[in-house]
Amino acid sequence: MIRLNNLHKSYGIGSTSLHVLKGIDLHIGNGELVSIMGASGSGKSTLLNIVGILDTYDEGEFILDGKVIKHMNETQAALLRNQYIGFVFQSFNLISFKNAVENVALPLYYKKVSRKKRNIMALEYLDMMGLKDWANHLPSELSGGQKQRLAIARALISKPKIILADEPTGALDSTTSKEVMEIFKEINKTGITVIIVTHENEVAMSTNRIIRLRDGLIEHDNLTPEMLKQHHNVLLTTQSN
Amino acid sequence: MFDIDKWQEIFATISKNKLRTFLTGFSVAWGIFMLILLLGSGKGMENSVHIQFDKRAKNAIFLYPGQTSKAYKGNKTGRQIQYTNEDLDYIKESTKGIEFSSGRYYISNNAIVAYKKEFAAMDLRAVHPEFIKIEKVDMTSGRFFNTFDLQQFNKVAVISKKAKESLFKNGEALGNYITVSGVPFQVIGVYIPDNERERDAKTLYMPISTAQRVFSGFNILHNISVTTGNATEEQSKAIHERLKNIMAKRHHYDPSDTQAMFSYSALEEYIQLLSLFAGIRLFIWIIGFGTIIAGIVGVSNIMVVVVRERTKEIGIRKAIGATPWSIISMILQESIFITSLAGYIGMVLGIGILEIVAKNVRTQFFVNPEADLSVAISATVLLILAGAVAGFIPARKAAAIKPIEALRDE
Repeated sequence: MIRLNNLHKSYGIGSTSLHVLKGIDLHIGNGELVSIMGASGSGKSTLLNIVGILDTYDEGEFILDGKVIKHMNETQAALLRNQYIGFVFQSFNLISFKNAVENVALPLYYKKVSRKKRNIMALEYLDMMGLKDWANHLPSELSGGQKQRLAIARALISKPKIILADEPTGALDSTTSKEVMEIFKEINKTGITVIIVTHENEVAMSTNRIIRLRDGLIEHDNLTPEMLKQHHNVLLTTQSN
Repeated sequence: MFDIDKWQEIFATISKNKLRTFLTGFSVAWGIFMLILLLGSGKGMENSVHIQFDKRAKNAIFLYPGQTSKAYKGNKTGRQIQYTNEDLDYIKESTKGIEFSSGRYYISNNAIVAYKKEFAAMDLRAVHPEFIKIEKVDMTSGRFFNTFDLQQFNKVAVISKKAKESLFKNGEALGNYITVSGVPFQVIGVYIPDNERERDAKTLYMPISTAQRVFSGFNILHNISVTTGNATEEQSKAIHERLKNIMAKRHHYDPSDTQAMFSYSALEEYIQLLSLFAGIRLFIWIIGFGTIIAGIVGVSNIMVVVVRERTKEIGIRKAIGATPWSIISMILQESIFITSLAGYIGMVLGIGILEIVAKNVRTQFFVNPEADLSVAISATVLLILAGAVAGFIPARKAAAIKPIEALRDE
């Protein structure tokens, strides 16, 4: 589904250049539930944005479902995003003046689905997320967990092949985080590839494959929960000393 | 093609951002509203001048005798000049380009006019039949006197509708005899006086020949007026000069003696006023254009702010599949819709207020203000286009931002 070969990305900051991704080689197959971990600045969000075609890369190769994603204009990128990818963000990124059903239905508007049909579908997805009673509420009237479930419903409604989640539990408490992760697992069971960027071990451990980035490179792929725990303990010991 | 779904999306956005919509629309509506008021006010002033000039022939020249202020060929200063019937006859015969002419003989103001037991004080004006071609006298019934009446010294009178109502109440005036300073005159016509000038309602017209004979006026004329037909401004000026010279020669005074004769040309005055109004119109247009520019700047500013404010929303929309063009067209359509609606509201309000003012305000200097609809529509279209451009530039910029950068915007 996703193949990255020797991927490089730099950002220009003033006169200097920050080399964020320094040659990523990665393959994520169909229906995988993957988490990407790493310290701040390791490049995990940049990697997710490139995979989500929200950002471009400088060197290397990115192949999505057999298509080389390179030199793409914004219109082509938008169409691919709409076809393949659903996004879930830490800050939810809901449109504040649209109610729940309108927010969920919005991706279908860009897929030229009729208003009536997209509203019916939006209500179905809200129901799936347990938010049917909140359909006419604005995002500001919802709790953090509800907002994230709403964002997940929006990501799912266009039936994407991949869900990309950037710190989806970052703004949630532990109970709500677990609920959200359960939802991701359920989504993954339907065959959708789910890639979650997180810095939380609990979140990572509930995925099937853990990738750790360090300084723009993959430090570990297929990190087992035990290795993660061990690494976590080492970190805790280092911090307490 | 009309895309109802797109419009529903646009209306949903507009209805949920009322303040933003109001602010965008207000500058447009205000611009158009002020432009229409300005144009209408200018037109109101211009109309009043046209009405004033419509009361008399625009090509009329009026000559009034005065008192000499310069000694000339043995004549001392301070000599009173008096025009006579012969002066008018001479002018008519010797001056090319004269269309109509009339002398005036002012008998008295507040003369007693009576019919049976009803009395009224009236101003007696004795004129030639062609007077009606020089100064507007709107006949409501009967007729104005003619050359036959003039030649026959007929004692006939034309009175105002107000005078008729005063003397005859609801009875018939035409054919009946009234006494003017004790002399019987037959009423042959009734005219409608000018609403604004009460004095006009008191005026009684009679043939000048009759008046000169009955009221011992000999052959005196208190003024002479002529019209110059289709003469151009230059030709009219030449006739005016010629008349001045004729009268100076006939009455033996220095042609440069400005006190011996007072005269003015309605055409020259009219053209001067037209050029003044052209200036006023230009001034109004400059102000109106300034208002439009202010409206355009206002719309542009608001659109820049609106798009800036919506950067994150644009990022979200792009992340979930919106193409750059769908973003641009959404903002453009919103902008065009708001400016069109606001422009229309401003136009309707402006025209509505002008209508109310036109019905309720009528003074000598301000009559029937009206805005040229084609100008109002053109200005509205201009603002709509400006609004579209004002929306397009920031929308294109926003649509070109990478979605990830737009999403980072706070």
